[in-house]
Amino acid sequence: MQPSVSIQNLKLDFGSVSVLRDLNLDIGQGEFLVLLGSSGCGKSTLLNCIAGLLEPTEGSIHINGNNVTWSEPSDRGIGMVFQSYALYPQMTVEGNLSFGLKNARMPKDEIKTRVARAAEVLQIEPLLKRKPAALSGGQRQRVAIGRALVRDVDVFLFDEPLSNLDAKLRADLRVEIKRLHQTLENTMIYVTHDQVEAMTLADRIAIMKGGVVMQLDTPDVIYNKPANKYVADFIGSPSMNFFDTVLTTADGPQVSIAGKDVSLAGYDFTRPGVSGDVWFGIRPEHILTGEMAGAAPTQFEVRAELAEPMGAETLVWSSLDGTALRFRVDGQMKITPGDALLIGFDPARASIFDKVEELRI
Amino acid sequence: MADVTTNMRRPSPAHASGPKPRRAFSRKNIMIYSILFVLAVYYLLPFYVMLMTSLKGLAEIRTGNIFAPPMEITFEPWAKAWATVCTGLNCDGLSRGFWNSVKITVPSVFFSIAVASVNGYALSMWRFKGANVFFTILIIGAFIPYQVMIYPIVVLLREIGLYGNLGGLVLVHTVFGMPILTLLFRNYFSSVPEELFKAARVDGARFWTIYFKIMLPMAVPIFVVAVILQTTAIWNDFLFGVIYTRPENYPMTVQLNNIVNSVTGVKEYNVNMAATLLSGVVPLTIYFLSGKLFVRGIAAGAVKG
Repeated sequence: MQPSVSIQNLKLDFGSVSVLRDLNLDIGQGEFLVLLGSSGCGKSTLLNCIAGLLEPTEGSIHINGNNVTWSEPSDRGIGMVFQSYALYPQMTVEGNLSFGLKNARMPKDEIKTRVARAAEVLQIEPLLKRKPAALSGGQRQRVAIGRALVRDVDVFLFDEPLSNLDAKLRADLRVEIKRLHQTLENTMIYVTHDQVEAMTLADRIAIMKGGVVMQLDTPDVIYNKPANKYVADFIGSPSMNFFDTVLTTADGPQVSIAGKDVSLAGYDFTRPGVSGDVWFGIRPEHILTGEMAGAAPTQFEVRAELAEPMGAETLVWSSLDGTALRFRVDGQMKITPGDALLIGFDPARASIFDKVEELRI
Repeated sequence: MADVTTNMRRPSPAHASGPKPRRAFSRKNIMIYSILFVLAVYYLLPFYVMLMTSLKGLAEIRTGNIFAPPMEITFEPWAKAWATVCTGLNCDGLSRGFWNSVKITVPSVFFSIAVASVNGYALSMWRFKGANVFFTILIIGAFIPYQVMIYPIVVLLREIGLYGNLGGLVLVHTVFGMPILTLLFRNYFSSVPEELFKAARVDGARFWTIYFKIMLPMAVPIFVVAVILQTTAIWNDFLFGVIYTRPENYPMTVQLNNIVNSVTGVKEYNVNMAATLLSGVVPLTIYFLSGKLFVRGIAAGAVKG
């Protein structure tokens, strides 16, 4: 099957600053792709290129097999939802929804039908006669989604649509977007810097940094098998603990942490046989405490330095052999600084990266 | 006293917090208001003298004190200034100049704002290649003294056949309004969120649709400001009016000058004063009606560079 959106060798320079560098990306029909990265990584720029709001310096963009690199945004079969909602303030909700259809010179009956249908899907029928100023943030973003919906587009583009909403509304609307995707089965490309949104919504996540895609894979793989140290560090909150150590392969693969040899017999090597200086990374949530730690293959004794109770769990800051270490314990456990704790982990759940290119081993 | 005791028992939150209320007649306030009062009187005095003089007969002016109110109010000077006073060969008063000024101001204001708003919109939203160079040239235009360009423009207008008629003057006013108005509109449109423009483009709107359907309705306040700025500036213009038109087309300001400065016969102070006040009526009315809006618009345009 041909990809819904295909980006080939895309480059974009702003003067001497190169924002996108030779980017290739194929997005399947009906796929939900999340572009994730910190500010300035080029994710919004890429989305604007796909929308046709920015002209690339080089490369091409195909949507449903058509080369749309130089097409007008409205001729690409895309709909876009913006962070600031971008509703036309002087028009009613109905006017906002029908603006694009009027520009396309669609018959009035058809416009009415489509607006009514979109309003029904998004449950904004009672708001149709109101102006955007009289709507709440969540309602405004619903109208903005509706504006893309009425145009019956192939590809939905979301540019950080939930960033301006408060936490509760964000969670609600996130579920609604997911439901919308399941109903419509459109291709959706979603830009965010929020990893929770990325993990929950995406079929695949593209993690970007400096105009390059660092890893493109399912949320599961991104979380469990990050391709490089940047991705490992970026995904997960709090982020992964890294030990600076050496990987030896003489007596089977093993690393040394705080004077103890840790066998990596259970570790799923991407590049078996590599040895040398490495980063040994283990996620805070994969560090076990209490009885569970006693059963873990590798165990250490550490002291708690700081505790951050968060209700369901408590985040403990500690250190092991000079390396900062964070891990989670049950929220019911009372931790005071200075407490001695037994921790343990299964090296099979770790991620190991070489120190030169910081790629997964 | 009863009030005080209730307050002591149950202090209301409004009394419990907030800054200490200021007394209306503190020493500082008395100082400020006296100075403001003196300044206001100082600036209003000439206006007062003009108004009083215009309502007196010539005989009374010659004998009386200029500050004294008229003993016998007469509207004769006003009528004469408006309808019968002579400038050159024409003896139909300031009314001719008034209508000339209207004929000059209305199209000049309309065309300059129409073009400048599109300029500002294109410069802030579409950012075409060379937009910055274009804008810089336009702004430099705002800093060149008008006097430098007087003669070249005379030649230019003569070559295109517009010298001496109202069309030529309208063109000159439109062009000279461009730098400051474009700046005003560009800054205003720069404050419109870019995502709105992007959304409209995704919705299939092109250059003019976005301008008329999205930007224009949002820009009403700045249009009002521009109308005020341009109307007062063009109405008060003397230099271009005297140079680029012929006597039968002179605007009100030029005609006023000709009335006041005519050296033949008796100086009719009362008619001169009435004529001056008549010329100032339009800009004065605009300021009084829109003072707040005017200040707000200027401030809005000035924030973003």
